[in-house]
Order: sequence, then C-alpha cells, then structure tokens
Amino acid sequence: MHAPAEQRTEIELELNGETRHGRAEPRTQLCDFLRHDLGATGVHVGCEHGVCGACTVLVDGVASRSCLMLAVQADGRRIDTVESLARDDVMNDLQQAFSRHHALQCGFCTSGILMSCVEFLQRVPAPDEAQVRDMLSGHLCRCTGYTGIVRAVLEVARQRQSGESQQNASEKPYDV
Amino acid sequence: MSDHSTETGVDGGYIGRSQTRFEDQALLRGLGRYADDLATPPGTLHAAVVRSPHAHARVLSVDASEALALKGVRAVLTGEDVKRWAHPFPVGVRGAPMEHWCLAVDKVRYVGEPVCVVIAEDRYRAEDALELVRVQYEPLKPVIDPEKAAAEDAPVLHEAVGGNVVNERHFRYGDPEKAFEEAAHRVSIKVRFPRNSCTPIECYVVVGQYQPATGVYDILSNFQGPYALHSVMARALNVTSNRLRLRTPPDSGGSFGIKQGVLTYVVLMGLAARKAGAPVKWVEDRLEHLQASSSATNRVADMEAAVDADGRVTALRYDQIDDCGGYLRAPEPATFYRMHGNLTGAYGIRNLAVRNRVVLTNKLPSGLNRGFGGGQMYFALERLMHQVARQLNLDPLEVMRRNLVPADAFPYRTASGALLDSGNYADTVDLALRDGGYQELIQRRDRARAEGKLYGVGLCAVVEPSISNMGYITTALTPEQRRKAGPKNGAVSTATIGIDPLGGITVHVSSTPQGQGHQTVAAQVVAEVLGVDPASILVNVELDTGKDPWSIASGNYSSRFAGAVAGAVHKAALQVRARLANIAATMWEADAERVRFADGKVFIEDGPSLGFHRVAGTAHWSPALLPDNESGGLRETAFWTPPQLEAPDDDDHINSSLCHGFIFDYCGVEIDRVTGEVHIDRYVTCHDAGRLLNPMLVDGQIRGGFTQALGVALMEEFAYGEDGSFLSGTLADYLLPTAPEAVEPLILHTETPSPFTPLGAKGVGEGNNMSTPVCIANAVADALGRDDIQLPLTPSRVRGLIGIDEPPAPEGLEPLAAPRAGGPALQARDSVVVPASPQTVYDTVLDPETLRAIIPGCHALELEGENQYRADVTVGVGMIKARFAARVRLSDLDPPHSLRLSGSGDSAMGSASGSAHVTLVELDNGHTRLEYVYEVDVGGKIAAVGGRMLQSASKIIIGQVFNRLAQRLTGKPVGGGLWQRLRALIARLLGKGDAS
Repeated sequence: MHAPAEQRTEIELELNGETRHGRAEPRTQLCDFLRHDLGATGVHVGCEHGVCGACTVLVDGVASRSCLMLAVQADGRRIDTVESLARDDVMNDLQQAFSRHHALQCGFCTSGILMSCVEFLQRVPAPDEAQVRDMLSGHLCRCTGYTGIVRAVLEVARQRQSGESQQNASEKPYDV
Repeated sequence: MSDHSTETGVDGGYIGRSQTRFEDQALLRGLGRYADDLATPPGTLHAAVVRSPHAHARVLSVDASEALALKGVRAVLTGEDVKRWAHPFPVGVRGAPMEHWCLAVDKVRYVGEPVCVVIAEDRYRAEDALELVRVQYEPLKPVIDPEKAAAEDAPVLHEAVGGNVVNERHFRYGDPEKAFEEAAHRVSIKVRFPRNSCTPIECYVVVGQYQPATGVYDILSNFQGPYALHSVMARALNVTSNRLRLRTPPDSGGSFGIKQGVLTYVVLMGLAARKAGAPVKWVEDRLEHLQASSSATNRVADMEAAVDADGRVTALRYDQIDDCGGYLRAPEPATFYRMHGNLTGAYGIRNLAVRNRVVLTNKLPSGLNRGFGGGQMYFALERLMHQVARQLNLDPLEVMRRNLVPADAFPYRTASGALLDSGNYADTVDLALRDGGYQELIQRRDRARAEGKLYGVGLCAVVEPSISNMGYITTALTPEQRRKAGPKNGAVSTATIGIDPLGGITVHVSSTPQGQGHQTVAAQVVAEVLGVDPASILVNVELDTGKDPWSIASGNYSSRFAGAVAGAVHKAALQVRARLANIAATMWEADAERVRFADGKVFIEDGPSLGFHRVAGTAHWSPALLPDNESGGLRETAFWTPPQLEAPDDDDHINSSLCHGFIFDYCGVEIDRVTGEVHIDRYVTCHDAGRLLNPMLVDGQIRGGFTQALGVALMEEFAYGEDGSFLSGTLADYLLPTAPEAVEPLILHTETPSPFTPLGAKGVGEGNNMSTPVCIANAVADALGRDDIQLPLTPSRVRGLIGIDEPPAPEGLEPLAAPRAGGPALQARDSVVVPASPQTVYDTVLDPETLRAIIPGCHALELEGENQYRADVTVGVGMIKARFAARVRLSDLDPPHSLRLSGSGDSAMGSASGSAHVTLVELDNGHTRLEYVYEVDVGGKIAAVGGRMLQSASKIIIGQVFNRLAQRLTGKPVGGGLWQRLRALIARLLGKGDAS
C-alpha cells in the first residue's frame, strides 16, 4: 500500500461479531487501533516487540500479536478479543476455570493468554501438560508462576472431552 | 498442603477461607480499568521522552526548534523549564549535595536518562519528533563497577559531592572484636548480587494536569507507594503538598516494587502539562521501561563469621557496597536498611559489625523490587552459612540448626534491634524436612552422584520481614543527624467503611494493589465482622490524595496488606459494628453486648431481629430515633499503627519491620555437564506467615515470587558494558521464565500468629524472592564443589564453573611420559609467618589429618608407610581440571628446623610432581617464619597450558597449602581481615598505636 504517512485509511472489520468502522494511518498498530479507536481496552500492550503476548487476539481465528500487525492489515478480517468470551454476562468455561485455579493476579497478561488458549484448545482438544506449557511459552506472566493457568487449561480440556456440563465445570475447587 | 479444596474458614467464618477473587470477574472479561484505559480530558496531548545515549556526559546544548516545527508538536519541556519551575528531588541522606532533577540539567549519568520531553497531538507524532531534537553531549569517562566507583581515582558522577560514596555508616552490636578473637574458626566469603527487575507486564503510565488557577498539579499514575514519596514529589514540583493531587487507577498491571520508580515521571509529566497548557499523557514503552525505570540494587558483600568448634556462629561481619546507580533516588539507600534489624537472619547471633557504603555508578537509579534488600542480604548470609559447613566439614543442615533462634526466645530482640514477633524455627525446619521428603532427596543425590551426575542439594533459612517501619531509613543517618531531623517511625494503615441508606457496604483501603487480591480479602474481613455476604460488599482501591484518607505508609509494599491494612479494615468494621449494636440495642432496650450479626441480620439470641440494611438505614433515615451518643450517618475510618515500630535509638538499634515470617527452603539440582544447564529436580518451600487470611492467595503469592526468584537465580541480569551501555534492553535480551522453564515448588505451611497484628497475619509475598536465589546457589555450590557462585547461573556461566574434565585415554594408548628437558620447569620461593612456635608448627605438619586438610582439592589421604601417603587430589589450572592419584611424602626430617614435602601423581591430563623444602625460622616474638622453596615439574597435556599460567597456578596452589596450614594453627586467615586492617588504620590515624 502506498499512502502518505498522515493519510488515514478507512478500515472495516468484524470485531467480536460486530461490523466496525474506523480510520487509521498506514503505520497505526492494530493494538492501538483496537484499544483507542474501537474501545477494545481488554487488548493489553506489554512490550510492542512481540515477546510478552499480552496483546494477543484472534485474526480470522488464529492467535496473533496485535502489536506486530498494522491496523490496515486487519481490514476485512474477523478479529476476536477477550471481550468476546463471556456470553450474556456469563463467563465461559475457560474464564471460570481461570478464576477457580487462581490463574491470574494483576490480570494484565490474562486477556492475551485466554485468546491463545481459546485457539489452542480448538486445535489440540486433549493436550498434555507439556503441550500446554509449550503453548504458553509465547506469553509472559510475572504474577502467577503459570501453575494456575496450566491447571485451568488442562481441566477445561478434560471437561470438554468428557462432555461435562457447564454446571459441573463451575464447581469451585478452591472455594467452600 | 497447597490444595485448599476442603479448607474452611476459622470458626466457619470468612477469614481464612480460600475465597475465589471478586477482582477476577472484571479482569477475565477484559474489563479491567488500567491507567491507559481510562478516559482522558478533551485535548489531552501525548508525551515522548528524549533520552541520553551516553552513560556519562555533559549536556552542552539542547535545540528543539526542528522538533517544534513538526506538524502536531505542541511543546518541548527542557532542563531550563525544570530549573525554573521545579526543585531537585530531596535525598534521604544528609551531607551529600547530590542533585537529581526530573530532567538532566547539566550532565547525564546513565543511558536512558530523560533529557527533554516532546509533547504532541498524538504519541506517534511525539515519537517522530524525538529524533529532531538536537542534543550536544561531551562524553565523559563512565564508571560501572561499584568497587571501582568507590576508589579515589574513579570518575566522579556528582562533582559537588566530590566522590561517588554518598553514604557510609559503621555499626557495632555486642562485642564482635572479642568474638572474632576467641573464635575457633573464621569463615569468610565475598559475593556479588546482580541487578534485576521483577518486570511488571504493564509499564509506567502518567496523565498530568496543571491548574494555573489554584496551582494544583492533578496527576493520575499507576504509582504503588509508599506515599512517603508524595512529599518527595510535591517538594520537587515546588508546591505545598496539598497542591499535588495524586490519583491511582482502579487496576494496575503488576508492580513488585518497580512502580515506586514512576515518581520521577509524575513530576516530569506535571511539568510537561504546565508547559503545554493542556493535559499530557505518557505511556512508557518496554524499551524505556527496561533501560530507565527502576531496578534492584546490585551489591558487593564481604562477609566473615566467627565460629566456635561446634559450628556455632558467635559473630558476623558485613562489609557491603550498594550500587544505587546514577542518582540516590528515594527511598534509597533503603535496600540496606530494610534488612538492618534482621541482619542475623534466623540465627541467634549476638555480635555484629557492619560497614555499609552507598556508591553511585553510571547505571539506572535503583529502587524497590520484590524482596527488597532480602535477596541481596540472604545471598551473602546463607552462602556464608553454607561455607561454614563446608570449611568445618559439617552438614549444612546441622550448622543451621545449631544457630537458629530457639523457640522459647520469642519475641526475640536481635543484636541490631529487630523484635522477631513469633515463630518456632526448629519445628518448622523439622516439618519441612519430614513433609518435603528431605532424606529421600539426599538419597537421590547420592544415587545420582554414584551414576556420575552433577547433583547438589541446597538449603536456606530466611526471616521474612514485613510491614516496614517508616523510620528504618533514618538508620542511614547518624544519631546526631536524626536528632536534628526529628524522629520517624511507625506505619499508619488506613481503611474506611461506608454504609449507605439502603445498607450497601463500600470499603476503601489505601493499599493500591497490583493484583494481590486486596478487594477479596477486605470483603472477607468485613463480611465476617458484620455478618453479611462478602459478595455483597464493594471494595474500592483507588487512592486520591485529594479526598481519601491516607498517610505516608499508604501504598503496596513491604508485604503490609495482610498484617497492617487488613488489620485496619478489621478495626473499621469493629467500629461500624459497635455503632450498629448501639443503635439496635437502643431500639430494643437491650444491652449492646448481646446484639449479634450473622446471615445479613442483626439480632439478639431468642429475641428481636432486623435485616442488616434496616438497622444501618436508621442512621440515615431516622436519626431522631438514634441514641444520644450517635451522630447519624454511617461511615468509619480507622487508622492503625503498631507501637512496636519505634525510631532507631542512639545505639542504632532499629526494629525495621513489625512482622517476621520464617521460611525454610531446600532443593535438589542436577547440572548438565555438557550444556551447564541447571535443572531444578525438586524444590521445597516451607512458610510460617502467621495466620493465613486466604490460603489460595497466599500460595499464589508464593508461586509468583518463587518463579521470579527462579529467573533471578538462573536467567535475569540487567547487564552493562564497560562503557555503560545497557545490554538487556529488550525482552529478547532480558530473559524471563516462561511456562516451560517454570518449576512447581512443594509449598508447606505452618501458622504461628503474630501477636502484633490485629488478625495475627504476617506478610508472605516476598519471601521466596529472598530465599530461592541463594537456595539454588547453595545447591549448585554443592553439586560442583565450588565456592565462587555468582548469579545468574546461566548455562555459560555454569559451564565455566564445571571446567573441562579430561576423559581417560583410549584403551591401549599409553599416556605420554613427561618430557624431561634438563631440570624442573618451575622453581620459586615464598614465606608466611605463623603465630606459633617452630615445634608446634612441625608437629602439626606431621599430623595426617592436617595434611589432608591443607592440600587443596584433597578428597582422601591414606597412610602407606611412615610419612608416606596415597592421595586422591583434584587440581585445576584455568579451565582444565584433573584428578590425580598421587603419592605424598614427608622426608629430610630435621625437627623442628626443616623438612621436605613432596608429591607426585598421574592423571588423564598428564603427570605432575613437586617438592618443597620447608625451613622454620623462629622469630623474636616466638612466632615462626615458614620459608619454602619449591619445584614443580609437569608433563603430558597439562604442560601445554603454558609456563606463565602454570607458574601462577603453582604459586596459588602451593600458597594455599601453607596458608591453610597457618590458618589451621591460628583459626584465622593470615594477614588479618579487612576489619583488623581498618581498625589498625583508624588507630594509627588517631595516634593510638595498634588497636588490633
């Protein structure tokens, strides 16, 4: 694309199931566009050089670093962010499992991690621990030591495999 | 024990339950409100910071004209503006005229130091303009190494100070000189603790506003406290403190101490807003964060222990240098003094000598970082305790046990003044050994070693201080300076509970959390006291100094929440309950003592009952029905400060923290001989953190801290080149543990409630940042049999420690005979003076036990004949190390005048032989000069190392033999320790002759 640096381009994309419009310069990062123009502040920016994984979103269903993509590259695509996971104000099984297993503290890395997990469990429905840890190696979490995250993902995979209902999934191992 | 699935709260209440977090509901949906997510006022501008590429340079000129000409750029803030409007930051030590401004005004002193601020209509344009600002520098020689910086000929960072040592203090508790004099053994160690950072994933954010009408700076930032720094910021902004309104956002993306350092940017963006005449927002990026936010303090520590024959440590000597970087930024030099009361760790050591020096170098200013001061201190202390065991040939566990503070001594006043509140260290150690499978781990190590693996076990015991005394930093001042400045002490915590007209409960705490779950725990505490559902309570953790209750100790640091803040919440809840009970009792004409609170009701057993909201609502809707002593409305603020946190006394005793948890850790590591990678085979961490308010959150804190500590031990270092360039500038250079590297520790607990906090809780979040690095280091030392362990233990560093073990020659191939080319390869002489008579020295040398102890690397010594031994000795030359089957012989015996000590041996590396003729000369004072002439001859591959290296290696090895002999005779190293030399020097200066 050859557009002057300051010329803003019309962008249309599907964000969390809704068609959204905005204008961005050619150099605008996708993460900035999603956060500041479209209001998806659940997308977090942690390093802007593709290491920490906090800004991970799904682009046409594939987990991608939104700090390494330009907004113009997302034109015409489907973008899913952490805001898409809860339905009718109810958190999905993965989100609930994260809470049960204390898989987050400050929560800043969490939205990116959830999006990678969403894609991963579709690709690898019955992972072992080493596979989960390998998938998580694209994310930095400084609070939890990853234990709760690994447990939550493995538990959700097991539950989905055995077809356990959402009801059972929300049983709280930590709570009384 | 880390599975809390069946655990219930104490007495079936809410405190002590593993309640899942209320915070999670928003955070998991992406609905957290972090600083960069909040709405900004219309017209808000964006800042980018021009930073120094030099570690040390004079700033000759700043020309922003081209930048200002760029479309969208609105203003540039320079050092000139700052000098006009602001002040330098106040410094915590007296007598050091160091000036630290929020922008460089004359010199830059570290790479990344802010030089000016570009303010533009959006962040992209502000960053575009950075390269258009022309800054002329005159580069100066930098100094990076703290020991070199302390030397007299070092380049000076702050000319007005005159040197780089900005604070030096000496402390003496008990009678350390006497203890060292009488000690059977002296053990010393010198260690370095590297720079690192717990690296939150959210970086710094500041939104500055300036109101010219009132002169108020209104600034939002993800600052973490301590709010004592509010005074520092107000002073730097040159306003009265009520004119700095500092606010925090509802959520913060981690801090671990690091977001204390945002204070300089709070000031900077306040001034930027003033310059631009509009609100200014700055969001730090990761590259800025790594090079210019904050870091742990690197330390050089020289330590010595006086040890009796049984391994009991009778005295400790610390000689420490803290490298605080380019400026002493508040609260430094707190890295030293946070730990001052507990410098003797978990041990009952009564004699202590300390020399603390704070130096400046051309690095990023240091500051709070989880475990603040503890990682540094315990790395030195617990490496030393390990070394005591090694030198005395004792089990490290045994040495630790013999020195622990006894269980019946609590509360125990340490030599330097800490009041260890509670604990049973010996029982906690036993619990950890039993439930963590210590015996099995030792067997595992022995099996691994039998299979030829490099396997080691490390241990450490740590006292984890929490709830800092706000006066501890004044220990850096002399008693006289303190008297002048006025006493500082205490740690005021704050909580407010408001109940609205319909009975809705809102709690406010000034603890500014970054993910620790304060909202959940505060709700648990209030729910238990008021008998309501914790989920019905809303807890607000935003802090606005313009309208919320706060004090200097507010903020999130020194693990103060569970002990202090939750205690204040409890106190406020009790105040509310007392008022409600009074109201209900008046309505029912009953005794207030009999009013109960449970299940959302207020009632009297077998008597009247009302909904909680009805009783609470009375205070709003029908004040005329209230008892006479009730004013109406319902809102209670509690301030709480512990009386035990007193100011330092004139003898420099300081109770630096209110609570002291206890941690006993051990681990087994296996080291890959080929790659040098350290694999943590098992890690056990046992904590006594007093009463646990929410065990799930406690384990979360332990796991998180442990994983950060794993990074400190094995991966992380803020590295600088000799020219001061920053070598860890991206997350690809500064490696952090990811999920595959993370290790699952076995977490064990015991609970000895603190008698000093309202709920019996102590801090717990920082302990593993203190214990884990040194525990792993001790295990690596054990695996490799090395003393010189430095962090991080990266594969390349560990590979260097392993050295090259030469494999045996292939079968059938005879090793080459040593080439003999006319006489020995090396010949030299040396001497050492020993304070004992020639006869004593002579007898000692002839003792086989002595011989085994003085030969470096001697694994075994077996008597073969009269004065002849077979020995198994490992000798290292440079990277090459070889195990020799050797013969050692004593001959030419002429007691007590002379003898010959000779040895020869073969290894896969070749052959070596040596012989020393030793003459004992009696001196006038009855001491003995031991003169030795030696020859060394080598052959085979070992000879290929080269003459010069061999010469120095032989000198060291032979020197070690005779120095160890001298040490064995006197129980101390020859030549005198640093302390003795210092005392002698001081005595000479004072004209008192030799004080030692």
